[in-house]
Amino acid sequence: MYVELRDINKSFGNFKASDQVSFGIEKGSFIGLLGPSGSGKTTILRMIAGLETPDSGEILINGKVVNDIHPSKRGIGFVFQNYALFRYMTVYDNIAFGLKVQKADRKYIKERVAELISLIGLNGLEKRYPSQLSGGQRQRVAFARAIAPNPQLLLLDEPFAAIDAKVRQELRTWLRETITKLGITSIFVTHDQDEAIEVADKIIITNKGRVEQIGTPAEVYRDPQTAFTASFFGRTSFLTDYRKFKSFADMENVEQAIVRPEFVKVAKLDENIVYRASASEGIVLQTAFRGNTTELTIEVNGSTIYAHRGLNHPEIKVGEKVNVFLYRIFVTSENKAYLLENKTLSDNSVYI
Amino acid sequence: MKKTDTGITKWLLIGISFLFIFVMLVLPLFTVITEAFRNGWAAYQEAVTDEYTVKATLLTLEATFFAVLFNTIFGLFAAWAVTKFRFRGKKILTTLIDIPVTVSPIIAGLIFVLTFGRQSAIYPILQKMDIDIVFAVPGIVLATIFVTFPFISRELIPVLEAQGTDEEEAAALMGEKWSGIFRKITFPHIKWAFLYGIVLCTARAMGEFGAVSVLSGHLRGKTNTLPLHVEILFNEFKYVPAFAVSSILVLIAIVILVIRSMIEYIGKRNGEDVR
Ligand SMILES: Nc1ncnc2c1ncn2[C@@H]1O[C@H](COP(=O)(O)OP(=O)(O)O)[C@@H](O)[C@H]1O
Ligand SMILES: [Mg+2]
Repeated sequence: MYVELRDINKSFGNFKASDQVSFGIEKGSFIGLLGPSGSGKTTILRMIAGLETPDSGEILINGKVVNDIHPSKRGIGFVFQNYALFRYMTVYDNIAFGLKVQKADRKYIKERVAELISLIGLNGLEKRYPSQLSGGQRQRVAFARAIAPNPQLLLLDEPFAAIDAKVRQELRTWLRETITKLGITSIFVTHDQDEAIEVADKIIITNKGRVEQIGTPAEVYRDPQTAFTASFFGRTSFLTDYRKFKSFADMENVEQAIVRPEFVKVAKLDENIVYRASASEGIVLQTAFRGNTTELTIEVNGSTIYAHRGLNHPEIKVGEKVNVFLYRIFVTSENKAYLLENKTLSDNSVYI
Repeated sequence: MKKTDTGITKWLLIGISFLFIFVMLVLPLFTVITEAFRNGWAAYQEAVTDEYTVKATLLTLEATFFAVLFNTIFGLFAAWAVTKFRFRGKKILTTLIDIPVTVSPIIAGLIFVLTFGRQSAIYPILQKMDIDIVFAVPGIVLATIFVTFPFISRELIPVLEAQGTDEEEAAALMGEKWSGIFRKITFPHIKWAFLYGIVLCTARAMGEFGAVSVLSGHLRGKTNTLPLHVEILFNEFKYVPAFAVSSILVLIAIVILVIRSMIEYIGKRNGEDVR
């Protein structure tokens, strides 16, 4: 493990920003720290960097406890959420700052900055001030400034949050590729599930100061362990009583039953579907065109759920009665999430 | 706002502003100068070069110098502490900084008399160390410092607050020392507010009357500042000298404003964002 947090606690006043936070990160990996706003992501990042001190627990970098090591001696590059570029310095001076502080050789500084400027594609803009750059350009300068002193670990706080959607997509692909190429171990904070899933090797999910789950994007998406994770990804809906839907195992003490759109099969009443016997009748409340699919809001068995319908199926209209079949649902009990498959799927007799 | 650009409102507002400034500022200034020269240049010269006037001028400059020096250092530290760190008692500190502007200068003067005068518990100690504060120059300097105390920090706090602490943190993370952080990052940001604060502080220190009046004891040639001297002359019906001495204050104020404009002009020419 290159970075390790052990039982970190941190309170601001009587607000618990980090609650027994523990995780480890392998060298060279690209980690997404994902959680809703206020869940303590920035606090974790700042503690790793040494900008905040944990109340208890240990932080290790490269096998060494760094709790008492000065931030500048931890070998960390930090990209702040709003970039925190030095506004009275040019692009060149911003990027050169860390190297100058380290009293690096003049010639080396020049070469290194030139190299980074061409890496971030800002050739010719060296003499500009941050206020004369676009959001995406500022972000790249912040990135270049952070990696100029060759840090072993790069921390990025919501690196794309302030950038408009179109540029964001492009920028995150670029950042991902660049970091992979450079091979720096990186942790980036985001509250955007899609972003984390798209670019991270591993995702650490935080909620209310705790780590909820750690895993690859596929793992945390497909196999949520906690109630929070189960409801965090995708456009989830909740069933008021899942027992009203046919063919699910009965469980004790179920608190929530969660459905994702991809768990739902919707068909017109006159359409043939395989699991008809286990379907329930619902009524369509809303339809919304989403480009490649149509999103349907359906009232069924007293619950309101979201479903998708492909465009090559016959159109379903608002107010229409439909058959709704649930392939699977997540149920939660005492904060643990369980996957319940519709029994019809394993029950061969239905096929006859 | 676009709609009123060419309308009556615009000219009305501009007109009122000009009228106000003329009546409240230009006219009195004009009066000061004309009254000062009412009996001709020789009389003016005599009033201005009078021994007590020169001494009062020097004392005013001395008190102003120390007040500005002290408040510059203190104001910077206080503004820095309040905006860049989190600590217990921060609210109390910000409130305390404001006290001098909320307390009447006369009261401030009385507080100092009570604290350092004969009836005070520390008076014997001061006596032993041979330090006179009340009715002496240190008292005047102290009173001036007190009254002008918030001027610089109050200018700096909003600017520093607006900037946040990210840039400093970024620099600290890269290993910059605090002195370097201040010089390269914080100072460029606050310098115009800082300059403005110093100008305000200087102007206020020179003109201070109330607190200084209580602490001074009006010893002519010893503890008389320019404003006090003007008052004495005025009370003695010596109008021409009174206005002549006033004109010195006006002159110093103008010099300060000119210096400020010059510094700002140079800043602007270098493409800086002067407010
Ligand atoms: N310096 C601080 N002082 C007081 N409260 C703070 C401070 N920093 C963060 N917090 C609180 O801690 C909680 C978590 O903050 P943060 O780590 O920034 O969350 P996130 O980055 O996930 O949005 C927030 O509710 C915030 O109000
Ligand atoms: Mg945050």
